[in-house]
Parts: sequence; structure tokens; C-alpha cells
Amino acid sequence: MDYDEAQGYVVLSTLCMPLLAALIILFIPGSKKMAIRYVSLIAATAMLGLSIYIFTAYQVAGAGIQMELQWPWVENVGFLGEDGITLHLGVDGISALLVLLNGIVSFAATIVSWKIDFRPKDFFILFWVLVGGVYGTFFSFDLFFWFFFYELAVVPLYLLIGVWGSTRKEYGAMKLTLMLVGGSVLIWIGIFAVFHEANIGTFSLPALYEAAENGAFSTNFQRTFFPFFVVGCGVLAALWPFHTWSPDGHMSAPTAVSMVHAGVLMKLGAFGIIRLGIQLLPEGAAFWMPGLMVLGVIGAVYGATAALTQRDFKLISGYSSVSHMGYVIMGLATMNDVGVTGAVLQMFSHGVMTALVFLLIGALYDQAHTRDLKDYGGIAKIMPAWVVFYTVAGLANVGLPGLSGFTAEFHIFVGTFHSYPLFGGLAIFAAALAAGYMLRMFSIVFFGPTNPRWADLKDLRPLEAMGAVTLLAAIVLMGVWWAPFTDRVAATVTHLPGVIGIA
Amino acid sequence: MRDYTIFIPEFVAAGGAVLIIALELIWPRIRRDILATLTVLVSLGWIGASLAYIGMGDNNFQGLIQVDNFTTFFRILAGGIIAVVAIMSATYMRDRAKTASEYYGLLLVAGIGMVYMAAARELITAYISLELLSFSLYILVGYLKRDALSSEASLKYILLGAFSSAFLLYGISLIYGITQTTYYDGIADALLARSGDTDAAAVVGFMLILTGVGFKVSAAPFHMWAPDAYEGAPIPITAFLSTLSKAAGFALILRLFTSAIQVDAVEWRWAVALLSAATMVVGNLMAIQQTNLKRLVAYSSIGQVGYMLVVVAAIGYGDPEVGRDASSALLLHIVGYVVSTLALFTAITAIYNRTGDDSIPGLRGLAETQPFLALVIVVSLFSFAGLPFFAGFATKLFMFQSSTTDGLLWLIALAVVNSFVSLYYYLMILRQMYLFDPPEGAARWRLNPVMWCMGAALIGATIAIGVYPGPFFEAAAHATEPLYQQGADLLVQR
Repeated sequence: MDYDEAQGYVVLSTLCMPLLAALIILFIPGSKKMAIRYVSLIAATAMLGLSIYIFTAYQVAGAGIQMELQWPWVENVGFLGEDGITLHLGVDGISALLVLLNGIVSFAATIVSWKIDFRPKDFFILFWVLVGGVYGTFFSFDLFFWFFFYELAVVPLYLLIGVWGSTRKEYGAMKLTLMLVGGSVLIWIGIFAVFHEANIGTFSLPALYEAAENGAFSTNFQRTFFPFFVVGCGVLAALWPFHTWSPDGHMSAPTAVSMVHAGVLMKLGAFGIIRLGIQLLPEGAAFWMPGLMVLGVIGAVYGATAALTQRDFKLISGYSSVSHMGYVIMGLATMNDVGVTGAVLQMFSHGVMTALVFLLIGALYDQAHTRDLKDYGGIAKIMPAWVVFYTVAGLANVGLPGLSGFTAEFHIFVGTFHSYPLFGGLAIFAAALAAGYMLRMFSIVFFGPTNPRWADLKDLRPLEAMGAVTLLAAIVLMGVWWAPFTDRVAATVTHLPGVIGIA
Repeated sequence: MRDYTIFIPEFVAAGGAVLIIALELIWPRIRRDILATLTVLVSLGWIGASLAYIGMGDNNFQGLIQVDNFTTFFRILAGGIIAVVAIMSATYMRDRAKTASEYYGLLLVAGIGMVYMAAARELITAYISLELLSFSLYILVGYLKRDALSSEASLKYILLGAFSSAFLLYGISLIYGITQTTYYDGIADALLARSGDTDAAAVVGFMLILTGVGFKVSAAPFHMWAPDAYEGAPIPITAFLSTLSKAAGFALILRLFTSAIQVDAVEWRWAVALLSAATMVVGNLMAIQQTNLKRLVAYSSIGQVGYMLVVVAAIGYGDPEVGRDASSALLLHIVGYVVSTLALFTAITAIYNRTGDDSIPGLRGLAETQPFLALVIVVSLFSFAGLPFFAGFATKLFMFQSSTTDGLLWLIALAVVNSFVSLYYYLMILRQMYLFDPPEGAARWRLNPVMWCMGAALIGATIAIGVYPGPFFEAAAHATEPLYQQGADLLVQR
């Protein structure tokens, strides 16, 4: 077994780990709650370790797909030809970073879910299926399995939100599930069309990319079906105007689910736009990208504006997510290497930052049972550690230099100014609005007169602090020493079809 | 050539049926469970005997009946369905009917009808097999004769069924009028050679045949009998109706449409595409409004028939290669659909045995009172909706992908949108089970171990098909080969 193949098995075990955890938990009686939690913790720690390994072992010099593993699954039967469906796993620079994100966020989400006492068995089974779906989507280089895992990541949300959620959970869960699955309907149609048009009898993405390079998809075809992939994935990426599930869903979701959902799952959508949209249909991308830029800017400004007026913590974060995903869309729409790199960095940055914010909101809500800003005041004196973490996350959100948000947004703004100067200006305006809603929240909640009702609130508990520190480390690391992040992403981004180099 | 050996598997089944009926006549106080067990053994014997015919090439009886891989596929399917339904019926029928031997006997007879619908290569034989199946089903649906709903369902089913048979016969007679033969091969040759002045008769003939088989598989607008029959029938028979009777309809359609009338596809394919579109839309939209579980399943299975008809449309629109690939994907989908449906009905029967309630709100809090059955229901519903890990994901994707031809992209898109609509009402069932607390005083209850094992086996199969569909797909592809060997010959002639 050579080195690359051995690494392929690392990828495979990272994918199997969450599914294995779900399977083990399935056979633990529901009353043994501690056993379930420990299994989850062990699995989460192992996944974090494996994710860090995959990220560091990815070689910048090699670019392209690394750590490949390819097993034939179904071939030479019916409409499937040679290599019809293969379990083709691997990582490129983009997915290496997102895999790391998933490892970090799911680890933090597991330890804050420790206190879940209502049917923890079912919760963790669904949670691990979701995480497994996310890993699978990042690893898959086969369209069948890509879509398989993409759907797998979406489905458990209905029960996770519907059973363990709060505040209009049934409505939020149903709306979210229907909108996300509605989006995958479009992806599904797109897959049928692409497979049929390429006519090479395989779902293998590298083979389809090659077919695309050799002109298998006519310009008209690409222009027709690019929107299917972009809107389909865009629903999950909270692309304006398909973002409406996002604030409701986040508001209803339990803490851990909000973390994974806003932190990782929304990135699946943006990742899909790269994998299926830009890589598969580059001419379609070239045609539609200006339109996408407009939607991205609207999302960024709209999300920030809406966040300014909210009174619910989670709604602020929900709308700020819409705004930040708007930046991601803008970065992708620039179609130059700096902008697209920035978009991928922003996925990571927003992921860890939002996960931290939702963790903190959860920690407060579990004690206070209200998320209305107006109910609070002077929390800085009662929960100092909580406030420190929140401030850092909030400042990363605003894009303060030295934190991850700055690195990412800087790339996006440079890229946008290069390709669409006007929209670059609007994006900066949205960033200013972000400062507005964050500082407004800080001033209402952290400072001001102390409400005696909250005198006995406890600060972060050790487990929550541990999760918060993990996330904070990622935020600071990317802000201070971004070379390992940018190098890996840029090495892959420059090779995407249709992306021009300006760096 | 009169080779009676090709009928040995059905001799086993029919002999078993007669034995079961005779047993109760001779020994009226025989335990019902023994009859159910006997039925299972007979159907397993049937499957065992069929296995000997795998890969045997030219086994036809006077050109009427052909035993090839396609027939073997449906023999195995029939045996499997009957075994599962018999196990499902054991407790249900013991509590509700005085006699049971005819019930189990007729299950086997209906299965024989299905096998010959798949094997027939001649219109009259196909028609008689279809009637054999239908008559068995008429009796089975009305088997609970003290139950007004059951009798009503049976009567409706008989009236509409007879009506549709008349359509089918009229269609057959028109085709016979044009082609002077009832053999599929002969029809194909004659249609190829016919002149333009028989166009009108041919189109009317095809439409009438389509109407007739459309009734049998409950395609909209010929679906009206289905919800009533499903609701009134004993629950295991509802399972039987929605699996075996539909599979049988498609067995007949595949054999007939790929051989005899494939050459005239231009005249009927548009009608199949429209039928498919109407069926999936009507089925899914009506399902949303249902409150009774059996009626909901009835409409949802109408929607499923709409998806399956996409393949028949693709046979008409595509070249033989598309037709072959789509047909094999359809067989795979039928297997996945049958397994998921049986899993669902295993759960419904077990719940009904316990609570006597088959409404959707009756499932309230099932995740607390009987989590295993809640899981079985979720797996089967998600499989219907085409979510990953479960059979429906892979089989639907294969089926739609292989049916994708330039002329049918709109129908594929409609099918995908419909399967999205279906997710809504499946989630409504999920909501009752998982999001709500059980009614006051409902305690956790234990499931009969036989039902537990069967449920576990069926969801295991659903997941196996969904995750590793390769071997199943290969089996389905082998089963469709003989259909298109004859098709390829025709293509050479054309």
C-alpha cells in the first residue's frame, strides 16, 4: 500500500466514523445516556484529529485531488458503463479546508450537546448521520454519491429541529425541510440532464469534468442548466431570495443543530455551486455570474439591514448568516482567483464564527429561557467569560484585522473591486452595517443597567468553554497566520475552469 | 412443442393452494397459523423450483407462454410477496375471520395469475391470466364479509374491474382485426407491414388496451376504485393489492409494449406520457388531503405508478437501448417499491392488531410507545420519497436517469417535482409519530417477535437496495434481457 492509498483510507475512515458512531448508538439502550455521550465524544474527537490530519497532510505543491480512494460500486449494468458509480473519495484544497471546518464544528457541537437529556439516543443518531452526510459531500468525487450524501445531510434536520427545537419548531422544521429538499429537486433535474448530455455512462465527476473540457456540453445547454445547480445549491447557501428558511430554521433549531447547520451545512450549498456549477458548467458560470453577483450583494446588504432591527439573538445571527453567505456568493461570482479564494475562506471563517455565536446563545438561553435583547442588560458583569467570547466572535463577524473574518472578507473585497468595482463599494457598506448591528447588540446586552432578574446566571460551564476555546482558536489562527489556509485553497482555485488570475 | 416441465413451479403453487383449501375441509378446526405457515412453505418451494430456470433460454409452450429470466424474476417476486403477506395475515385473519383456507389458497392462485401475465406471449393468455389475478383479488378484498366496508370495496372493485376488462377485450379485438393474430411476435410483424389506412383502428385499439391495463395498475384517471378497495380490504390484502397486483400489471405491460406494439410506438407513446403525468399529479395531490392511512397509501401508490409509467413512455420515445435500460431500472424500482411497501404494511398491520385504528392521528406518539415500528414506517416512507440510504433513492434515480431522453425531459422534471410534493405528506405522518406525545394512558408495548423479525428483514432489504444496488440491478438487467433479444430481432427487420 503506497502513501497516497494509505491516505485514502484515512479519508474513508473519516467518512465512516460518524456513520459508525450512529450505528453503535443505535444498539445502545436509550436509558444508558452516559454511554451514548461517551461514544459520541470519542467519535467527535477522533474526527477532529482525522480532519486536522487531512488538512495538514494536503500538499500545496501537488494541488488537484489528493488522498484518493476509488472503489467500483455499480458498473456495466443497464445505463451505467465502465466506472458507472464509484465510491470515489478524495480531497482538493477547497474540501480540505471545509473538512477541517466540519471536524471543528461537529466536535464543539458534540460537547455542548452533552446536556441534552430528552431522548439523547435519537438525537445523536440523527446528528451523526447529518455529520456523515456533510463529510461525504465534501469527499465525494462521484455525482451519485455526492447527491446521496448531500440529501443525507439535509433529511435529519426535520426531526432534529422538530423534536429538540424551540420557538415555533414545527413550522421552522417543515419550512426548512421543504425548501431545502425543493432545492435538491433542481439539482436532481440538473444531474439527469448532465448525465444524459455527457453520454459517457458514468457519474464520476473527474470524467464529467473532462467531458466538459472536451465540449460535451454546448453553450446553450450550460446556460440552461447552470441555474438549476446554482439555485438548487443556493437554497442551502441562503442565496437571496431563497434564504427565508434560514432565520426561521435557526431560530427553531437546538444549539448543536444551529451550530452545525449554520457552521457547516450552509457551506455545502456554496460548495455545490463550485463543484457542480463552476467546475461542471464553466460557460454557464461565465454567463450567469454577473446575475449571481447582484443576488450576492442584495443578500449581503439585505441580511445586514434586517439584522439591525431584530430583537431575538438567534434572528440576528440568522440574518447575519444570510449577509455573510452573500459575501460568499459575491466571492464566487467574481470568478477571479482572489475572490473565489476569499469565498472559500469566508465559508470557513463564517462557519467557526457562527458556530461560536450559536454556542454562546445556547449557553445563555438554557439558563434564561429568553432570547429577547430587551430583556437583558449588564451581562458583562455577570458572565464575563461569555461576553469575552461573544465579543471576539462578533468582531470576527465585523471583520476586525487579526481575526478570521478579516482575512476572508479582505480577499473577497479585493476580488470584487477588481471585477465589479461598484459592487465592491456596496459590500463595504454591508460590512459597515455589520458593525452597526453587532455594536447595537453589545451595547444593549453587555452593558447598560444590570437587570436584577439575571443576577444568578452562571458563566460558561467547562464543557461549553472547551467548545468555545476550540472555535476561538480557529478564528484567531486564521486571522493571524492565514498562509496555510490561503495556500491550500488558492492552489486549487487557480485551476478551476474559467477562473482568471489577478494575484 | 408441448413441454409441461416449464410449469413445474406453478404445479407446486397450485398444488399447495388446493392442499391448503382441502385441509380445512377435512379438518375444520385446524389452527389458522398452520395454514399461514403452510402458505409460506409453499411459496418458498415455488421460489426454489423457479431458481432452476435461471438462464434457461428458449422455453416456450406453443408460443403462448415463455419461461425466461423475465418470468423467473416475477416468479421469485410473487413467491416473496405471498410469503410476507401470509405471515402478516396470520394474527390479523385469526382474529377476524371464521375460515382462512380459501384466503391463503387464493393468495397463491393470484400469484400464479401474476406469473402468467409476465410469461404470456399471446393476448388471450395474457387476458386470462389477468382475470385469474383479478378474480382472486375480488374475493380477497371482500373476504371479511361481515364488514360492510370490505363488501362495499369488493363490489366496487368487481364492477369497475369488469368494466375495464371489457375495454381491454375490445382493444384486443381491434388489434386482432388489424393483425389477424393474437401472438405478440405475429402482431409486431403485422403492425410493421400494415398500411396507413388502419391508423385509426390501431390508435383506438392501443388506447383501449392502455385503458384496460391502466385500470389494473390504477393509473389516473382510471384510479377511482383504488382508494375504496384499499380502505375496505383486510390490511394484508391492501399490501397485496399495492405490491403484487401493480407488479403484475407492469409485467404484462413490459412484455406487451416492448415486443408486440413497440413498432407502432408513435401511435401510443404520447398517451402513456400524458397518463404518467396525470397519474403522478393526481396521486400526490390527493394524498395530501387524506386522514386515513390506507387511503393515503393508496394515493401515494398511485403516484408511484405515475413514476413507473415514465419508463413505459421512455420505451416508446427512446431507441431499444434506452428501452432496455429503462425496463431493467423499472424492475429494480419495482423490487425496491415492493419491499418498502411490505415493510410499511407490516407496521400498519401490527399497529392495527394492537389498537384497531388505521387513521393517521392514530399513530400519535408511536416513537414513544413502539419505537421499532415507528422506525419501520419512517424507513419505508423515506424510501417512497426517494431519500438516501433507502431503496427509493437509488432505484428512482436509476429509473429516471435511464428514462431521460430528449423528448421526455419535461416528464422527468415533473416526476422529480412530484416526489418532492410527496415528501410533504410523508413528513406529516412522521410528525404524528415523532413530534407529538402519545395519547393519555398509552404505554410502551411489545411487538410479536415474528413481526419484529419480518420488519427488521424488510428494512434491512430496503437499506441494502438503497446502499448497494449493484447486484439487484444486475439481476433486473438479466431479467429484461430476453424482452429485448426479441426486440433486437425486430430492429434488424425494420
